[in-house]
Amino acid sequence: MKTLAQRVPELTPGLLPTLGRSIWPFLAGFGFAYLMQVGIAPAVGEFYGSLLVNIGIAIVLAVSLNIVNGFAGQFSIGHAGFMLVGGNAAAAIVYYGSIKLWGSPEIHGGFLGPGELLLVAGCVAGGLWAAFAGLIVGLPSLRLRGDYLAIVTLGFGEIMRVLVTQTGPQLRGKDAAEASWFTLMTKLNGNLGFSNPQGAYLDPQNPFWVWVFVSILLIVAYRLKSSTHGRALLAVRENEVAAEAMGVPTTRAKVSAFVLAAFFAGIGGALFAHELGSTLKPDPSTLGFQKSFDIVIMVVIGGMGSITGAVLAAVILTVMPELFREFDQYRMIVYALALIFMMILRPQGLMGLRELWDTSWWRRIFRRGGAS
Amino acid sequence: MAPLLQIKDLNVHYGGIHALKGVTFDVDEGQIVTLIGANGAGKTTTLRAISGLLKPSKGSVTFAGKPITGRPAHEIVALGLAQAPEGRGIFANLTVEENLDIGAYLRHDHAGIAKDKEKALGLFPRLKERLRQSAGTLSGGEQQMLAIARALLTKPRLLLLDEPSLGLAPQVVKLIFEIVKTIANDGTTILLVEQNAHMALKVAHTGHVLEVGALAASGPAADLAKDDAIRKAYLGVH
Ligand SMILES: Nc1ncnc2c1ncn2[C@@H]1O[C@H](COP(=O)(O)OP(=O)(O)O)[C@@H](O)[C@H]1O
Ligand SMILES: [Mg+2]
Repeated sequence: MKTLAQRVPELTPGLLPTLGRSIWPFLAGFGFAYLMQVGIAPAVGEFYGSLLVNIGIAIVLAVSLNIVNGFAGQFSIGHAGFMLVGGNAAAAIVYYGSIKLWGSPEIHGGFLGPGELLLVAGCVAGGLWAAFAGLIVGLPSLRLRGDYLAIVTLGFGEIMRVLVTQTGPQLRGKDAAEASWFTLMTKLNGNLGFSNPQGAYLDPQNPFWVWVFVSILLIVAYRLKSSTHGRALLAVRENEVAAEAMGVPTTRAKVSAFVLAAFFAGIGGALFAHELGSTLKPDPSTLGFQKSFDIVIMVVIGGMGSITGAVLAAVILTVMPELFREFDQYRMIVYALALIFMMILRPQGLMGLRELWDTSWWRRIFRRGGAS
Repeated sequence: MAPLLQIKDLNVHYGGIHALKGVTFDVDEGQIVTLIGANGAGKTTTLRAISGLLKPSKGSVTFAGKPITGRPAHEIVALGLAQAPEGRGIFANLTVEENLDIGAYLRHDHAGIAKDKEKALGLFPRLKERLRQSAGTLSGGEQQMLAIARALLTKPRLLLLDEPSLGLAPQVVKLIFEIVKTIANDGTTILLVEQNAHMALKVAHTGHVLEVGALAASGPAADLAKDDAIRKAYLGVH
């Protein structure tokens, strides 16, 4: 029998299969988003359509925060701050970009039309801008071990909320067309975007791009978790000194995880800024500490490090307040109780580090009589 | 030939505490060198200052002819200096195999990694049976084996072991020391930190005795084991 060492060359995948492997899931993600757009959204109507958009955005936020708090084990409580950074940039780009390009802020083009492409550009730019903020915030605070990150991210979130709320009056027409981007970023009327009489780029009947970004994030997160870098992050979380002793550049690993999470939080904020017709309004005051805390709760309840756990918790914790109006009032009490019971009964969260398909009941249902 | 590791006048401060006060010694290639001393003497501090986990306030560390003082740990690991840290430091929620993979984090020679993994598992057959088990469920002895195997996967020329016998049953301690000898015979140089001076002086070629941050005695391990003062202080002979 050949030893494993001798079999390595034949087991190492070639470049082409690797590329194929990298493209197919993304295509499937686009297909899924298209299905949500043309199949699910029209079928479920306004209320559930809006709920689905909120769920999608919550998934983006919970799964991205899970990369920092779950994989890398660093306690960030300022995710909403990165939503604000990304949302602010995207709102300016989509609104003023539309004026600069087409002379008016109105919705431009239909499904997959030029207006939507501007929205996508806004989301990506917002994500990059938030990632840059993540680098500035993460670099000094992640060099140190301990609780610095929690304190710094908390402060960062509050500063961003105040800054965005303080943005000056919106510019119109020629003023807007001639102003620099730097100026325009600070002219958002204290909002994240503006309501548009013609509707919004993202609404209960138009959720395509939300699910595209959800799919991309899920694939990236899953690939990260199963990669060498993901395992290095888990090692940092389990024992930072030992990870360092094994040659993991711990600061670099933590900062990259933080920047990646900030990037997707920025995209989440950009999507949030462009959704309308939900109970959430693109109002920066709803992106305060409370919002950051909600996302932390999702990660903790879902299971630190579990992607499917974060998805599950994002769904549950978005549906509950929408279905039970009274719930909102008691939310903090319910969350506190849920956390206490969780710490007693399942301190690792619903899923711990595992994914849905690693659980025994999933195996029982989907591989009848399979190994336990 | 110059020694593989040269430590000169190493000083470490923890805030106001002067934990290492000018430690100087060499480790020759192919040897097992042991550093013994009581709890709090500064053994762990010495290892951490060597491996880059903390920065010495004064002094120099030279490894394979290169100055490595104050360089980040991952660069030092890449040069071939690995450490099995005090208290084992295994990644409890990862599987045994994932723990080993972290050891190979800086390497890209897949064939070499697979070969070294097989070799390490050959040394510790008990780990081979538990590759998919999460490391936190291993017994103390198995966790120590994992910590050593994981460090071996970095492909070290010099392996630093911080109290591998701590908290283990006597027959497990014996097994671990046997394996330490095997690893050394295979060509890996070892710097072994121990409170169990009796066992450590038995396997080592050279020994150093650390007392409150400074070397109190140095010499061939066999001579140290016969020294009256050391026998009284560390070997429990009265
Ligand atoms: N992180 C730290 N902060 C402050 N003092 C420390 C720290 N680590 C170790 N010390 C002190 O340094 C001295 C040497 O500790 P250490 O190197 O762990 O000893 P040993 O490994 O020989 O038991 C002890 O007095 C200990 O209290
Ligand atoms: Mg010690």
